[in-house]
Amino acid sequence: MYSLSVIVRTICDVFAWFLAVFGVYVIVHGHLTPGGGFQGGAVVATLFAFLLVAYGGKKFVSFYKSNLFSWFETIGLLVFMGTGLLGLGTTFFYNFLAGQGGLFGSPVPIGPNSGVLNSSGTIALMNMAVGLEVIGGLSLILYYMFKGIRLYEESGSEETGHDG
Amino acid sequence: MKKHVLFLMALVIMVGTLWGGLSRIHQFGDPVIAPMDDYYLYNAQAERSVNNIVTSIVFDYRGFDTLGEAAVLFTAVCSVLVVFRKGGHN
Repeated sequence: MYSLSVIVRTICDVFAWFLAVFGVYVIVHGHLTPGGGFQGGAVVATLFAFLLVAYGGKKFVSFYKSNLFSWFETIGLLVFMGTGLLGLGTTFFYNFLAGQGGLFGSPVPIGPNSGVLNSSGTIALMNMAVGLEVIGGLSLILYYMFKGIRLYEESGSEETGHDG
Repeated sequence: MKKHVLFLMALVIMVGTLWGGLSRIHQFGDPVIAPMDDYYLYNAQAERSVNNIVTSIVFDYRGFDTLGEAAVLFTAVCSVLVVFRKGGHN
């Protein structure tokens, strides 16, 4: 895959930041607005598809740190499971932070209100953990599949694939 | 020609069944079994101090299901890595 024209690359430079910020916004406001970890992570992973299409594979592969995103995925899943396990004093996935006054522990008024950012207990933590995991997971899928295509292209006209 | 007749018959039967089912379905916003929904809607703010009821169900009341979803994504990455790995079949 070759890089596209300078117009596309300039537009990509301009809008990639908005895409990243919007994805992170959807993740960290998952307990207040529609969306959450899965949706925001998918938005941020779209950024990597955007970069891959605009800049071409060679630049993307040199830029993308697969080790870092592998760690993102592992740490996200572990934090998610760990937060679930920490509530095990009552039940698995018990929301032990909600309404306690500390981190994400502010009580919310009953009925319609404009939203309290520091509320909802473990839900916000789990949203961030899942967001981290989805960013890592979806961009790793993109990266590995692209490298698989390259492997096929470099093997020449014969369909040798991974056996060659 | 015979194929077309069979296709039309199947289409009529399918559309008829779907239409019959849809015309007998309960009204929108009027579920048959409501107590569970009402419990979430009226108690989630007091119990879990959260404004977004949908997120409170997904990540708190039904958190175990979300753990499965996250594990599915992890498994997808692992299987993509297995399929597109470098090297031969040894």
